[in-house]
Amino acid sequence: MPCKISTLLAQAGNRRDPATGAISAPIYQTASFSHPALGQSTGFDYSRSSNPTRLVLEETLAAADGGFKGFAFASGLAAIDTVLHLFHSGDSIVVTEDLYGGTFRLFEKVFRPLGLNALYVDTSDLSAVEQALQRPGVRAIFLETPTNPLLKIADIRAISALARARGILTLVDNTFLTPVFQRPIALGADIVLYSATKYLAGHNDVVAGAAVVRTAELASQIGFFQNAIGSILGPQDAWLTIRGLKTLPLRLQKQQENAQQIAVWLTSHPRVRNVRYPGLPQHPGHDILNREHSGYGGMLAFEVDEAARVPAILAGVKVFLFAESLGGVESLITYPAVQTHADMDPALRARLGINDRLVRLSVGVEDGNDLVDDLRAVL
Amino acid sequence: MNDHTRLIHSGKDRDPYTGASSIPIYQLSTYAQADPEHLGPYDYGRSDNPTREALEHTMAELEGGARGLAFASGMAATSSVLLLFQPGDHLLVGKDIYGGTYRILTTVFRQWKLDVTFVDTADPECVRRAIKPTTRALFVETPANPLLNITDLRAMVRLAREHGLLTLTDNTFMSPYLQRPLELGFDIVVHSATKFLGGHSDLIAGVAVTREESIGRRLRSIQNAFGAILGPQDSWLVLRGLKTLGVRMDAQQNTAETLARWLQTQPGIVKVHYPTLPGHPGRDIHLSQAKGGGAVISFELADGPSAVAFMKRLKLPLVAVSLGGVESILSYPATMSHAALPRAERLARGITDGLVRLSVGLESAEDLIADLNNALTDKQHRTE
Repeated sequence: MPCKISTLLAQAGNRRDPATGAISAPIYQTASFSHPALGQSTGFDYSRSSNPTRLVLEETLAAADGGFKGFAFASGLAAIDTVLHLFHSGDSIVVTEDLYGGTFRLFEKVFRPLGLNALYVDTSDLSAVEQALQRPGVRAIFLETPTNPLLKIADIRAISALARARGILTLVDNTFLTPVFQRPIALGADIVLYSATKYLAGHNDVVAGAAVVRTAELASQIGFFQNAIGSILGPQDAWLTIRGLKTLPLRLQKQQENAQQIAVWLTSHPRVRNVRYPGLPQHPGHDILNREHSGYGGMLAFEVDEAARVPAILAGVKVFLFAESLGGVESLITYPAVQTHADMDPALRARLGINDRLVRLSVGVEDGNDLVDDLRAVL
Repeated sequence: MNDHTRLIHSGKDRDPYTGASSIPIYQLSTYAQADPEHLGPYDYGRSDNPTREALEHTMAELEGGARGLAFASGMAATSSVLLLFQPGDHLLVGKDIYGGTYRILTTVFRQWKLDVTFVDTADPECVRRAIKPTTRALFVETPANPLLNITDLRAMVRLAREHGLLTLTDNTFMSPYLQRPLELGFDIVVHSATKFLGGHSDLIAGVAVTREESIGRRLRSIQNAFGAILGPQDSWLVLRGLKTLGVRMDAQQNTAETLARWLQTQPGIVKVHYPTLPGHPGRDIHLSQAKGGGAVISFELADGPSAVAFMKRLKLPLVAVSLGGVESILSYPATMSHAALPRAERLARGITDGLVRLSVGLESAEDLIADLNNALTDKQHRTE
């Protein structure tokens, strides 16, 4: 990358309209592109295949992640779905066990019936990963790190080295840390996936997804699937995501600052247990993030002493919004057992620690003291 | 309700909160919840969006189905519908199905072990002979692209019911204004809403409508799990397009009929394909299941060079991929929509090097005829 990520993102799309010099990339609300003549093309034929607004987003994401090519989709799940078409009936894929409920549902309800076998492991445990990769038919490892909602950390560098040695692809869902704090391709991953709905767009006003791939070969495969399956992102939402990317570094810094303040405060609260925030020195993944990444993000989770207290907390907060999703400028509070992870088997939820005392915070860019005061009042 | 009225007053496309005559564009990802134990009807933008829901409701009404679902593209709609099947399932698919559908069936879904046979659905006997014990569904398109071959929808439903098959059809060329396959017994209709439904060549979108609520629920859970949804801006634009679907379709169809009849009389034209032209082999069947011939015609010039020279001389139609917009769009199947077919296979299907497809827009018929006439006579001067 020729410049720092904040420079790259602030200028995304700035020099894309030579006809007018527009600083903001135009929204190309078009289905089709007229050909200059039969047999000639402007490079754009049909918006499902390529759209100039979507292309600005795709190129920006590829540059931010240091990948060969980027692809934008109708949702984060549409991005993951498209990438999973790389595999075949009968293949297996090792998957982080405490992953986003929607991804879990996609593996179980859509791809298992098609014959793709997901093997769930604790990917913060390197030896468990090593063992799982040796199972027959494993074609890839799918990591979510930090995980949702437990914030466990996987060692992307070590795991992708193991995978590469076996000729297996490493896929990383980088929704929580974004390229601002974590660049999986530089650590050895092959494909990076995003729910761009979250930090990338950052304003809770878009549903979008993205994938960035390391190699030309993967780019041609994913490009084929994106066009053939057609779960693309529309131009308006692509433009809003570009707009969001410009403030991504600023937002994340502030969100991290607030998250750190809240995490430290929660740790000493008598009604709070198990504060999970990677920025706390006692967090088990803290060292990996210190070594490999430049930040800890704005997500944290904690348990209250009694499950009965949760409804009052969710109903009582005045600054936090009680809503599903994360990564926006406004702070959200979520109840994973009921909302994001409702589709997961209750026994598995219990084993992982996604219990009915667990609350997840997506910390926004409000004033940190206001957020702490809000939590103090309901706790 | 009259079809024109139904397009304007089809349901939930108004804002109950303010009374706004156009549904707001809900540009959001999530919804604040009032009660932690009982989530409201809206919890996440991928799952539910009021703007998208208005479109989905309207499409269900227009097609006469139980449930409508909107997707990021026509192919995303078709891909989502194909996820209803499992490895080993056999599908019978019309041999002149849209090229994009052919492509995912022979690549993406082949690797998931979907078994597909392409058959001539214009001949129900041909379809019957291809049915196997593992056959689960029948997927047809009528009129089909680009020769506008007609499939007898009622005959397909009879066959399917005898053998317990699901019936799917791509209704993009007709739109529910001209043809409603669910009312004839089909189970699922898919659309590239990019075409006539949106109608302005300004968006990419897809829709599926199911006849029964039970299949609708399954497809809805695929839509949510797979996530290939349509964004709010594009949903709103399709809704806006639907308001004029009837008047657009009437005008475009009138012009298409005029052009088709005129083209038939031109010496440079070898053959004209249009579903309601006397002599079209599927004419009677088509008129028994649809209100009109639609706005797409195709016609053949003597050979490839004549077709190319003719297209280069036309001034009004845009040369582009796609169809169904307010502007006339000309395409050359041999190098555009059907370029992926091997030449021998393409010729065997009747898609000759001289074949040109015209999606007729809202320009005046007189202007279009003058333009076509110019291009034809110029060509004749050159070859004479």
